[in-house]
Amino acid sequence: MSVKHALLSLLAQEPMYGYQLRAEFESRTGATWPLNIGQVYTTLGRLERDGLVAADEPGADGQHHYRITDDGRTAVLDWFATPVARDQARRDEVAMKFAFAVTSPGVDVGAVLQAQRRATMKALQDYTRLKRSGDPAEGREELSWSLVVDSLIFAAEAEIRWLDHCEARVRRYAAAPAAPAAAPAAAPPATRAKPATGAEHAEEAAR
Amino acid sequence: MSGYLTFERVTRVHGQGAASVTALRAASLSVARGELVAVMGPSGSGKSTLLTLAGGLDRPTEGTVRVDGVDLRSLTRSGLAEVRRTKVGYVFQGFNLIPSLTAAENVALPLELDGLGGRESRRLAQEALAEVGLVDEAARFPDDLSGGQQQRVAIARGVVGDRRLLLADEPTGALDSQTGEDVMRLIRERCDAGAAGMVVTHDARHAAWADRVLFIRDGMVVDESASEPVDVLLAGDAR
Repeated sequence: MSVKHALLSLLAQEPMYGYQLRAEFESRTGATWPLNIGQVYTTLGRLERDGLVAADEPGADGQHHYRITDDGRTAVLDWFATPVARDQARRDEVAMKFAFAVTSPGVDVGAVLQAQRRATMKALQDYTRLKRSGDPAEGREELSWSLVVDSLIFAAEAEIRWLDHCEARVRRYAAAPAAPAAAPAAAPPATRAKPATGAEHAEEAAR
Repeated sequence: MSGYLTFERVTRVHGQGAASVTALRAASLSVARGELVAVMGPSGSGKSTLLTLAGGLDRPTEGTVRVDGVDLRSLTRSGLAEVRRTKVGYVFQGFNLIPSLTAAENVALPLELDGLGGRESRRLAQEALAEVGLVDEAARFPDDLSGGQQQRVAIARGVVGDRRLLLADEPTGALDSQTGEDVMRLIRERCDAGAAGMVVTHDARHAAWADRVLFIRDGMVVDESASEPVDVLLAGDAR
C-alpha cells in the first residue's frame, strides 16, 4: 500500500496538517489500515524532501499546513494512471504453508486446510458484519470504505475457493490407485520440474 | 438445546444394502430464532439432504429433527404437511414462482392453500411484499420482474404469515454479485426480525452473512465458524 500516494491525493484536494490527513485517510478506508501519526509525519518529511509537498509556516494553531506542489500533482496523476503491477508473485504465507504441508511426511493436510478455512471464513464473516454496520444511504466516504471492505471480502472468498480446490485435488490424488507411490520413482524429470518452481518461489520470498 | 430447528444425531441413508448411500451421518445442529446459519460443502456432501430433512420433505433414517419443539417423526403425514405450510418457508434457486399469478397472488398462495380466506391472505401477502420493498410491484407478473425482484417475491412467499423457519437452497445462485448480496441482506433482516434461517450455499461471500457457517463433507458436519460481535471489530481488534 502506498501511503505516500494516498496522502498526496488528499493534499491535491486541499492543504492539510498531519492529524487532518490521518483522519481523512481513515475515513476513506474505514480504519482498515491503521495509520499512526508518526508514519504520517515521516511520510510528509520524505514528500517535502522530494519536492512533492511544501510546508507552510505554522498558523495560529501552531500546526504546519502542507500543500501539494506541481510535481506532487503530477505524481498523483501518474499514480492513478498506472496500474499496480502484479509481476512479482506476492509472498502468500497460506500458499507457501500449504505447498510445504503437502510435501512434508506426517502432516495432516486436511487439518491444515480446515484450520485455515475456518480462520478465513471467520474473517470473511467479520468483514461482512463490518459492512453491514455501515449506513446503506451511502455518501462518497461510505462508498470509499465499503469498497475497501469489499476488497478484503473478495480476497477472503478467493482464498476459501482456493482452499476448497486444494482439498478436492488432494482428495483426488489420495484416491488415485497406486499412482502416488509409482510416480516419483518412475518419472524423475517430472518430479524435478515441480520442486523447481517451488524453489523460485522460495527465492522470491527470501528477497 | 433451545433451537427453533434442531437435529439430534440425524442420519439419512438412501437405498439398502450394498447399494445404500449415506447422505447424512449423525448430524447434530441447532438454529435459534433470530439466527442465520449457512451450510457449505462440496456438491454431494449432504447439504441439500440437511435442508429437505429440516423442512419435513424427507424423514431421517435415524435421529430426531425438531421444529419449534415438535419431533417431526411423531407427526402423521397431514401433521407434517401442516408444519410445512404454517411454520416453514422455502426459497429456491429457481424462484419457483407461478408465471400466471401476480406477485401478490404468488405470495398469498400458500396461505390460501392452508385454508385462509382470500381477503386475509391478500392482506398478509401485501404486508410480506412491503417488507421486501415490493409494494408497487404487487400486481405485476413474474415475467415483468427482474431476477432480483423475483427472488424477493420468493422470499416474501417464504416468510408470509407466521412462518418462522426460513430455508433457502442456493438463493443467490442465478443472480449477479450485487443482487445476490441484496438477497442475503434481506434474509439476514428476516432473521434479525425473529426468523430462524438456514441457507445452503456454495458461495463463501454469501455464507458470511450468517452467524455461523457449517461445513459438511461426506454427510458429516465437520467444521463450524462463528463471527465476532461487530463492536469488537470496530474497537480495532479485527484479526
